[in-house]
Amino acid sequence: MIDRIASGFNPFVIPFLAGMAFVLGYCLISMIRIVLQLSHADRKKFLISLVTPGVIWRNCRDIFCDCLLHVKLWKRNRLLGYMHSSIALGWFILIVLGHIEVLLFVPGRINLFYYPIFFNFFVAENESTVQGKVLFFLMDFFLLVVLSGIFLAMLKRLRSRLFGMRRTTRHSLTNQVGLYALWAIFPLRLLAESFTAHISGGSFLTVPANWVFRQFLGNDLNMLPTWWAYSIALCVFMVVLPFSRYMHIPAEMMLIPMRNAGIRITSARRGLARLEVLSCPNCGICIDACPMSADRANLKDCTVYLTRQIRRGNEKRIDEISDKCLLCGKCQELCQVGVEGPKLRVAQRASRKYPISPDFSDIDVKGSGISAEKHEVAYYSGCMTRLTPSISRSVESLLRKAGVDYTWIDRDGGLCCGRPMLIAGRTEEAREMAARNMELIISSGAGTLLVSCPICYRMFTEEYTLPGIRVVHYAEFFDELIRQKRLTVEKSDVCYVYHDPCELGRGCGMYDGPRRLLSHAAFLAEADRTRGESVCCGGSLGSISLDFEHRKSITMSSLENLYSSRADAIATACPLCRSTLARYSDRPVRDIAEVIDNQTKES
Amino acid sequence: MDFGFGINRSSTIDLTKTDNGLFRRVCSEEPGARTCMACGSCSATCMASDLSGMSIRKVLLAMQRGQDIRHMLSKCMLCGKCTMVCPRGINTRRLVLTICRLYD
Repeated sequence: MIDRIASGFNPFVIPFLAGMAFVLGYCLISMIRIVLQLSHADRKKFLISLVTPGVIWRNCRDIFCDCLLHVKLWKRNRLLGYMHSSIALGWFILIVLGHIEVLLFVPGRINLFYYPIFFNFFVAENESTVQGKVLFFLMDFFLLVVLSGIFLAMLKRLRSRLFGMRRTTRHSLTNQVGLYALWAIFPLRLLAESFTAHISGGSFLTVPANWVFRQFLGNDLNMLPTWWAYSIALCVFMVVLPFSRYMHIPAEMMLIPMRNAGIRITSARRGLARLEVLSCPNCGICIDACPMSADRANLKDCTVYLTRQIRRGNEKRIDEISDKCLLCGKCQELCQVGVEGPKLRVAQRASRKYPISPDFSDIDVKGSGISAEKHEVAYYSGCMTRLTPSISRSVESLLRKAGVDYTWIDRDGGLCCGRPMLIAGRTEEAREMAARNMELIISSGAGTLLVSCPICYRMFTEEYTLPGIRVVHYAEFFDELIRQKRLTVEKSDVCYVYHDPCELGRGCGMYDGPRRLLSHAAFLAEADRTRGESVCCGGSLGSISLDFEHRKSITMSSLENLYSSRADAIATACPLCRSTLARYSDRPVRDIAEVIDNQTKES
Repeated sequence: MDFGFGINRSSTIDLTKTDNGLFRRVCSEEPGARTCMACGSCSATCMASDLSGMSIRKVLLAMQRGQDIRHMLSKCMLCGKCTMVCPRGINTRRLVLTICRLYD
């Protein structure tokens, strides 16, 4: 293997070099800007995490698994996983192999940036060496892998259902230009390497192709144009990259370390929020995931379009999309990159100013319903349970049957936990309410705070600091009482399907507790889409702008999913889900507490 | 001079003199507000009614009369119970946020 061109240069590399310089410069500047936009404490945390050995290891592992192997996509759909990892990993290996070739055969040229990319143009095969054969075979093999990925990508445009996707994103113009440039790069590379294969050597793909082409293209004049075309395709792709969805490639490599550093979204557009917006690959998995997609009018309101509108700066649409979302968290659960759609929306809501802001600082909680004596357990029912008294009645009845020493701290009215206020974007007001509630809970003197509403439960566990007090949802608490034999539950022959409330399941990761409790009293069936993929009931307080009548289609699709289990009745662990589902359900909807209470004997 | 009794100020509202501009602005953004039939479901469920006498029904009425609503709204917790019970399906949470935004 020897250098064929003495100068080691040909003008066709210029487009590639220009594109590369542009994309590297652009990414570097935008990454530095994002780091500068972080708050001082966050920036310090991020920079320290970059030199912490444990975090470095996690960063490398996550970048390899998520950006190159696409492990999460493999778990979702094998074809989709193969398509992405063949292109990403295949391309990466081609670049690495290109560098190895240069190091082995023309080590003097390694300082030339373009040499590994256009290696086959610049070298000539003088004698066949084993190393060369192996490397050429690998190059052709991985080129074939990438080409198969490109073929699948084309197929996905036509038949997305093969890839487990019902709907895909409608791409903007820059995305389409980037897409076609990406599709063009590898076939052009194959052509270019084939045309030079009789000089530079090749393997099972390029040598036969070279033979075929030479049958009717007997001269070497077609060599340079194809190398030019290959270089120009690379240039177009790299110039379009920062303005298209392909920005997710560099952005994700920075998002992973930032997430591993434990940084949270604090501003609607800057810092981590900006990085997440850039990291959105516009794959469209969130379109199928979004429960609002049940209504065609809402198709353009999922996270993929939110990130697009934020990049475009279309304020009107950003507000619309942010206000409509139910904040069920399913897009975040399924997102392969980890774009936090709900948090981006809440941050957007929080950026608004209102002339009237509620003030809860003058409320005296001491006087409300707190008895002087101390109890083991404080039960906080919350607003939603107060609208469904059957739940609080069942909880009280179970507590009495188990002989638990309890007090109901908001029996005579009380304050809301603050989560509805928080997700409406009024952070300060929510903190004020939380502070009042913390006083109330701590002054009750109980060691356990029992909650029957997942919305309150999530707020208590995420935003409250309650030293020495165990916050527990009744699903776990009653299960413990049953296992301690303080409650005796008789199993009925009714078959229930459990609906995962968004706040309890995706919000707090509690999927098994409620199922275990329910299985003490009834048989369990599972719906088609369950656990992390369960469908929001449509009643969520997360949405500000969805009207009553526009929620019906969402509730219906949630019910359709639950009916797929063929269960006799529906059980859930959230008062809001219970009343929303019961409105349209053709079979009984019960809270787990009610089911358990029905099957529990008086002791 | 204290006679041991007094005369209440007249509670008559002269609708020709009241300024219901806020109500009209809110209704143009939130037409649902006009469909309120003052059934009182929201008053019955409101968490803030104990604290500030708040209820959407009263807020709408006060806005039509040109009375100040700041105090009532200052205790609204946006908990959404009124939305759930409203028989006319008024999106009361958005209504509250709209009033807070348009208030001057």
